[in-house]
Amino acid sequence: MPKSYRDGLPITPDKFVDQLMRLKRGSISRRDFLGLTGLGVATAVMARELGIMPTPAFAAENLGDRMSIATWPNYHDPQTFENFKAETGVAVEVNVFGSNEEMLAKLQAGGSGWSLFVPTNYTISTYKKLGIIEALDMAKLGNFDGKSEDARFTAEGTIDGTIYAVPKNWGTTGFAVNIKKLAKPMSSWKEFWDTAMAEGDGRAMVHDYQLTTIGNALKYYGYSFNSLKQDELAKAEELLLKVKPHLFAVSSDYQPGMRAGDAWMTMCWTNDGAQLHRDIPEIAYVLGKEGGEIWTDFYAIPKDAPNKPAGYALLNYLMNPKVAVKEHLANGAPSTDARVNALLPKEVLDNPILYPAADLLKPLEFGAAATLTDPGRAELMARFKSA
Amino acid sequence: MRRSLFRKNLVTALLLAPATLWLVVFLVLPFVAIAIFSVGERAPEGGYQAALTLAQYANLPARATAFWNTMVLAPAGALACLLVAYPVAYYLALRAPQRWRLILLALIVIPFWTSLLMRTYAWMYILGGRGIPALLAYVGIEDLRLINTPGAVLLGIVYGYLPLMILPIYVSLERLDRRLLEASADLGATPLSTFLGVTLRLSLPGVMTGFSLVMILLLGEYLIPTLLGGGKVFFIGNALVDLFLQSRNWPFGSAIAITLVLVSVVVLIVANRISTRLSGARRVDLI
Repeated sequence: MPKSYRDGLPITPDKFVDQLMRLKRGSISRRDFLGLTGLGVATAVMARELGIMPTPAFAAENLGDRMSIATWPNYHDPQTFENFKAETGVAVEVNVFGSNEEMLAKLQAGGSGWSLFVPTNYTISTYKKLGIIEALDMAKLGNFDGKSEDARFTAEGTIDGTIYAVPKNWGTTGFAVNIKKLAKPMSSWKEFWDTAMAEGDGRAMVHDYQLTTIGNALKYYGYSFNSLKQDELAKAEELLLKVKPHLFAVSSDYQPGMRAGDAWMTMCWTNDGAQLHRDIPEIAYVLGKEGGEIWTDFYAIPKDAPNKPAGYALLNYLMNPKVAVKEHLANGAPSTDARVNALLPKEVLDNPILYPAADLLKPLEFGAAATLTDPGRAELMARFKSA
Repeated sequence: MRRSLFRKNLVTALLLAPATLWLVVFLVLPFVAIAIFSVGERAPEGGYQAALTLAQYANLPARATAFWNTMVLAPAGALACLLVAYPVAYYLALRAPQRWRLILLALIVIPFWTSLLMRTYAWMYILGGRGIPALLAYVGIEDLRLINTPGAVLLGIVYGYLPLMILPIYVSLERLDRRLLEASADLGATPLSTFLGVTLRLSLPGVMTGFSLVMILLLGEYLIPTLLGGGKVFFIGNALVDLFLQSRNWPFGSAIAITLVLVSVVVLIVANRISTRLSGARRVDLI
């Protein structure tokens, strides 16, 4: 992937001279020169500061100088927020979470301080029911184009015809395996759990997240990922309690453990799978053939957002396909937006981690709203963790 | 006369006002709120809904494992801390050259200036696969796992709370009247029996202070087990965090919090009793 941490950073002196010479030789256009060296942005910013050029998108409202977003670990291109700050003067504070339950808990308690957050598809109806999220003012989101979105992934953001959330990206929940350490090929959740108790003893991680940890334990027996049936949950609990002593950790922040080589196998989301495989080729991403989760993460704005203008401004910024494409290159999750897909390089669109074969996608289930608030699943998770 | 008494009372009241206000607002009121929550019910989507029931307290056995882990690991952690701290405090108070003492004490306190979170994160990397295990791989010890083991948690606990144990013991040893040691030796006691009969006995109040301080903090610990135990070693503090931040069962969480406070108070009282009894002849003055 062409992505580098240097992308978008200020140009180095050598590079500047290099580009200047190329411009003089006529082998680079003036526009590219301004773009590459950052002089274009600098001129635009100065022009705005000096009042020479109007700033149509942000001119109407005072955005303040800071806002905070709640999202997932390793989920954004840090440069996105730097660029947003350069353009608007708003510094973005990033809070990361390991489960939707944690986000809900913070919002329920009030005073979260977030002006934008990233909930997963199945939670949006509950947020709406509790009156925690805003009906989005689409007039402020000119960069969003509903027609270019893949309806399969975006439906749950709209409730009774009102848009409450717009998609960031979709993905799957599978598992990542270090094939140098665990060479036996795996293709199912059954193998994941069995390996965790055998060759992978002390080296496997599961999410600190009821939906996926319980859901993928249910898949061991071929039950629905979303099951709320007592007898099926009891079987899943039996498996989880049996596996518990063999686990390396119960945590949703599994990249550090996998990268350091302490963990050899972990439950894993598409984006983390793509990042791990990109940096460490021997880490493979596997979708259980029994099924599991398919998801869409959305952007939504809390009703009590302290800086709604900035929340909308950042959201609109992120909906710009040119910005979104960089997010996808950094984060590694597939886009729901056809305009973004058109900008993505071919090797990304051909990456089977991002776009699994149709027969692997077919058995996957979207998380069900009831699992978020079901006390039975919450207590099961607690018993598993405290065992 | 009466006027000056009134003034004296007023001054006392004013001086105590900030602390009282602080405690009322940040200790008493939250405690009352938690007590009220603890007799309520979990709302269907999580959170709190008003009720008057003892169901949450009846449900306490559901967290028996977490309570048990805490009841075992808190004293064990405090004991491990004590075993490491005592020799250090002993050396500092009785053996270290006077001019070094202050510097050594400062070296013990300085790490406290960095947040426990940062220091524990540092241990995550030291014990993680790119830390000590990577060094050991050079000498042929492959695939050793240190992080996310009970040993790592114990190490984190000892490291994190060591100064809290050293300082009270140091203070009690430092005040020790050296002539008692000489007297003991003069009367024919061996160094070991002098240590056991005089030094250790007289430093017990410091030991008990350090022990209960560390133990009370450990009863509420959740950070170290999460970071160094991989969320597998589950303390009651972790159960509390989960109840409020994951399953959003505030009433049950509140009931556990109240129980934890009561347990801590009992621990304190018992520790106090023991320390008073053990050092029955605490004030030994030769003059």
